[in-house]
Amino acid sequence: MERVVLPRIGTVAAWRDAARGLAGRGVPADAVLWQVGAEAPDLFAGAPAPAATGEPRAVRLPRVAVASLEAALCHSDPERFARAYALLLRLAAGDLRWGDRSDPALRRLLQQEKAVRRDIHKMHAFVRFREVTEPGAERRAFAAWYEPDHPVVEAAAPFFARRFGDMDWVIATPVLTARFTAGGLRIEETGDTRPPPEDATEELWRTYFANIFNPARLMPRAMRSEMPKKFWQHLPEARLIPGLIREAPARALAMQEAAPTFAPARAARIVPSRPALPDLTLETLKPALDACRRCPLGACATQGIAGEGSAGGLMVVGEQPGDAEDLAGRPFVGPAGQMFDTCAREAGLDRAAAYVTNAVKHFKFAPRGKRRLHRRPDGGEVQACRWWLEFERRAVAPRLTLAMGATAALALTGRGEGILARRGRVETARDGGPVLITLHPAHLLRQPDPARRAEAREAFATDLRAVVAMLGD
Amino acid sequence: MVKRSLSDKLAILADAAKYDASCASSGGERRTSTGRGTGTDTDTGTGRGPGGKAGLGSSGGAGICHSYAPDGRCISLLKILMTNFCIYDCAYCVNRASSRVERARFSVEEVVRLTVEFYRRNYIEGLFLSSGIIRSPDETMGDMVRIARTLRVQENFRGYIHLKTIPDAAPELIEEAGRWADRLSINVELPTETALGALAPEKSAQSIRRAMADVRARREAAKDRTLRGTRPARFAPAGQSTQMIVGADAAKDSEILATSAGLYAGYRLGRVYYSAFSPIPDSSRALPLIRPPLMREHRLYQADWLMRFYGFAANEIAPPSGMLDLTLDPKLAWALAHRAAFPVEVNRAPREMLLRVPGFGSRSVERILAARRHRTLRYEDLVAIGCVMKHARPFVTLPGWSPGARLDAESLRARFAPSAEQLSLF
Repeated sequence: MERVVLPRIGTVAAWRDAARGLAGRGVPADAVLWQVGAEAPDLFAGAPAPAATGEPRAVRLPRVAVASLEAALCHSDPERFARAYALLLRLAAGDLRWGDRSDPALRRLLQQEKAVRRDIHKMHAFVRFREVTEPGAERRAFAAWYEPDHPVVEAAAPFFARRFGDMDWVIATPVLTARFTAGGLRIEETGDTRPPPEDATEELWRTYFANIFNPARLMPRAMRSEMPKKFWQHLPEARLIPGLIREAPARALAMQEAAPTFAPARAARIVPSRPALPDLTLETLKPALDACRRCPLGACATQGIAGEGSAGGLMVVGEQPGDAEDLAGRPFVGPAGQMFDTCAREAGLDRAAAYVTNAVKHFKFAPRGKRRLHRRPDGGEVQACRWWLEFERRAVAPRLTLAMGATAALALTGRGEGILARRGRVETARDGGPVLITLHPAHLLRQPDPARRAEAREAFATDLRAVVAMLGD
Repeated sequence: MVKRSLSDKLAILADAAKYDASCASSGGERRTSTGRGTGTDTDTGTGRGPGGKAGLGSSGGAGICHSYAPDGRCISLLKILMTNFCIYDCAYCVNRASSRVERARFSVEEVVRLTVEFYRRNYIEGLFLSSGIIRSPDETMGDMVRIARTLRVQENFRGYIHLKTIPDAAPELIEEAGRWADRLSINVELPTETALGALAPEKSAQSIRRAMADVRARREAAKDRTLRGTRPARFAPAGQSTQMIVGADAAKDSEILATSAGLYAGYRLGRVYYSAFSPIPDSSRALPLIRPPLMREHRLYQADWLMRFYGFAANEIAPPSGMLDLTLDPKLAWALAHRAAFPVEVNRAPREMLLRVPGFGSRSVERILAARRHRTLRYEDLVAIGCVMKHARPFVTLPGWSPGARLDAESLRARFAPSAEQLSLF
């Protein structure tokens, strides 16, 4: 029998070295006896060591496996070292796939890993420091007493070192103590097992705890499942819990039964009122659109998008704002808008000299995960929004209008179908002005085939050049 | 007025803050009290002091709940209001202008002191600061930003800061708030615009949505590197969240979920919190008190998880009535209503379908997918993987198990629903 005695401090690292050496010599799992510290020798410890029957192995494990093994070794189960070593040999021999939970030993190890991680997490949460700064000391000093379920002090202490780097602290547990002094972390055997003296700030913390609790939502079981009673001894606030639970039903009932009160006189004086909307002009169009609820779209979109640009020349009408426009609050700034800008620049069309707007002023979409998918507005929505478009047309008084896409054509001419046949033609708007029909620039973006895309783009550019020519006349 | 002690103020302003459900401290950038925090190249953003001196605190990764109140809610952050004086008159709120609750106001130094002293004793992960609106939105937001700045710059605090943003505040203040805080939040308060108009007349759903759009745009801008590889100043690295009150208006669960789906998609929210309308001291005439619909709140959270992690669309979770089943969890209720899609063949089904099996969590599904690459799974393997077979059994088929007629049985629902209960006659 081979006996390995692991130290109390640095247990996991010592196990790792020992296990690597044993595996390298081919010592089988059942021929090793693992012990921590100077415990009483095992009954069979004196038995002669059997010949190394296994095959010598160089051990290579996946990174996740190493992390899990090392965490599981912080469990309090005395069998953990032998189990981990046996698993190590099987993994190295290729008899076992890491993560295969149908293997009882591996499953057990993973369960223990989970228990250890929970214990570490709870230690990070429930350690409570008390201030023990000596008068005149340069760094503030704090101390805590804590009793974890498993020997996790070494694994849990680096977290506190990362978090409380500018003060000195000590966390004492029944076996080991973590001590952080002047930036250095040390683990030592515990000498003093007295908890530190009370701290005046604990009273403030209790005040907070008592007042953040809502008696109308009493759920002590939910509390205990995350903060079982075994932890309460460490928590200064825990002594309030029984009283809070006892009084909660009466407090909740009292709130419900109390009649509503009259407002104090000062209330009417301090509540501000929202300003009324100003008269409608192109400048005040945006707030008016924001408030528009002629159709249901306004209640879902971020904001209404008013047109922008100069009056008296060309008016460009698109379909509706997209995701980018909805967030930015301006028309034609998304991918289709950029496409339009590029094509317009190439055709010699000055966007700033035109008035750019949409047939529908709010973004219509369907949420899909983290994205909003564009949806085409229906006839009712176009009809509801025509009021705004017609207002803009009266105010802008364009010489020529460019209708991009079926929705714009529908809003301007009253007819949305047959757009492919109508493109490039000049039609008459409902209010009598000339309207040149073309496709929406988003149509170009939707062409997957580069050749078709270039073709569509050329056709769009032709329409834009026609616009430039008509305005030049 | 008698000058209040710090303890009195803490009592009043913690009491006023407890109706905010959010207490998350997870995510965001990784920072430690020593060394340089990763993620930012600028000194201004991290709160790192001059000369790389050690600071206080760390954040990033999983959040930690340092305590639990008897209402079952975790206490992770010091959740307080800066002041509970407020010029708005929202009917559901304990701090509305017309309420007769006691009022108090913290100074900047008091909030900073409380945060740092609690943090040093490991009571909290950081600060969640909200406020009533005093004088004007800008002035209130300015004070809140000053608290965050003092914590970061003067106290060298690297813990978590969550600031509640005031929708109408000036853009420069939002910009600065995002620089100091890990998370910003703006509450939509109520699921529909009409309800908000009726119960919170001074707030506007439109400006709330615009503020969220603004936060999203700034966050995206803060992630873009310039051509030379320099990063812009950080902006709310842990994202934004919001909260809706459930049960104060007549909105149905389907409307609430649709609103949430729109918010997740439109503004990339980290979380939408649902808060059951809970009795407040000194209630308003406009809004009679009810018992908080806690089970409904719980079901909404479950439905929210289905939307975010299980591939469910908002409109398919709630039944045609618009209200979630209170006796069964929404995934099980969905499966019972769509039995034609089952039984699922565990060894062949795609991930999307496995995620819809009641009793299979997202982690179990990952394990199933990993394990079935190596061999055919049997019933016993699912138990080992950690699936809740009590729920899954009627809906799956695999070697070692077939649900038989169980799936189509009239009594299937009754196997899961709690047994009927005799109500009190008196």
